[in-house]
Amino acid sequence: MTTVVFNRRHLLAAGGSILATGVSGLLLPASAQGLAPTESMSGGSNNYRKGAATVDRIGKGGFWMSGTVRRAGDGAPLAGQRIQIWAHTTEGQEHEPQSHGATLTDKDGKFRLEMPQIIPIFGQPHGHLAYDSGEFKTVFLRPVMRSAKETSLEAHFVLQPA
Amino acid sequence: MRLAKATLIWAALAAAICVPAAFASASPLLAWRGPLYILAGFAGIIALGLALVQPLLIAGYLPGLSAYRGRRVHHWTGGALVVAVVVHVAGLWITSPPDMIDALLFASPTPFSPFGVIAMWAIFAVALLAALRRRLGMRLWTWRIAHMSLAVVIVAGSVVHGMLVEGTMETMSKVALCALVLAAATKVMADLRVRKRATSRGESPARQ
Repeated sequence: MTTVVFNRRHLLAAGGSILATGVSGLLLPASAQGLAPTESMSGGSNNYRKGAATVDRIGKGGFWMSGTVRRAGDGAPLAGQRIQIWAHTTEGQEHEPQSHGATLTDKDGKFRLEMPQIIPIFGQPHGHLAYDSGEFKTVFLRPVMRSAKETSLEAHFVLQPA
Repeated sequence: MRLAKATLIWAALAAAICVPAAFASASPLLAWRGPLYILAGFAGIIALGLALVQPLLIAGYLPGLSAYRGRRVHHWTGGALVVAVVVHVAGLWITSPPDMIDALLFASPTPFSPFGVIAMWAIFAVALLAALRRRLGMRLWTWRIAHMSLAVVIVAGSVVHGMLVEGTMETMSKVALCALVLAAATKVMADLRVRKRATSRGESPARQ
C-alpha cells in the first residue's frame, strides 16, 4: 500500500544521504555505527507543550500523521514509545492545547494518529513531533508537507539512549 | 490625453497593489488565523506594495507629482514601509514567539526567513541613514550609493521572501507584484546611472 512518490525533495534527500554515507564511509572505514540517531530539526520544539495526553484522535480528525520509531545502531523497532504531535490545524493554532496529542508505537515501532487537517503557518504547511519520555534522548521533528493539500504526513525517529 | 495617461498610470499602480491584496483577503487560510496574525500578514503585503511605490515616486514616474513633491512623498512612504515591517514582525512575534525569534536569529528552518530579516535590516538602515544624512554631512553620491546598495538588498530580499512564503497571497497576483517591484527598482536604478553618466560628462541630464 505504499505509493512511491519521486520528487525533487526526495531526490535531493536521497542524493544527500548517498553522498553523506559515501563520504563518511570513506573517511571512517573502521566504524560500524549502524543506523545513526535522528537529530532534532531546527524549530522542531516550537510551541511544544510538555505532557500532551495520549489520545485516540486529535479533535475531529481527517489528517493522518504516521511514522516509525527505531533504535540507533541496530535499527530495532521500539514498541510502546510515546510520540507527541502538534500542529496548526483547522481546529486550532500550534500553541493551543486542543492542537496537541500523543500516541504510542505498536510492536513494529509504528505509530499513526488522526488529527485535524494541517494548514500552512508561518509560511509552510508543517507538523511537529516529539519523543520526550526520558529513556532515550529527546528528539523534536518538524516535517514539511509537499503541498498544503496533502492529508497525511510522515516522520521517523531513530533514538539513542539518553 | 495627458489626463487619460495619468489616470491610467495611477489606476495600474492601484491595481498592481490592490488586486493581490484582494486575492489575499479572499484566502481560505484566513478562517483559521487570529486577527493579529491576519494583520501581520497584510502588513507584509502592504510593505511589498510600498516597495513598488518607492522607486516610482523618487524617479518622478507618477504623474501629477512634481520632483519635489515626489521626494517628499517618498520620505513619508519610506516611513510607512518601516511601520508596515514593524507591524509584520511584531504581529508574527506575538502570534508565535519561538518561530519569530528563530527567524530573527537566523535559526529558522524556513528558507524564506533570512531573506525577510535581511531586507528588514536594510529597510531600517535606509530609514536611519535618511534621518541622519544631513547630520552626518553625507555627500549626495555617497548617500545615493548607500541607499541604492541597500535598496538592491531590500528589493531582492523582499521578493525572494515573498515568493517562498506559502501564505494568504494567491500565486499569480503575487508573482505579478514581485515582478513589478523588481522591474520598477531596476528601471529607476538604470535611469539614475544614465543620468549620472550624462552629468559627469558635463551634459544636461537626459529627460525621460
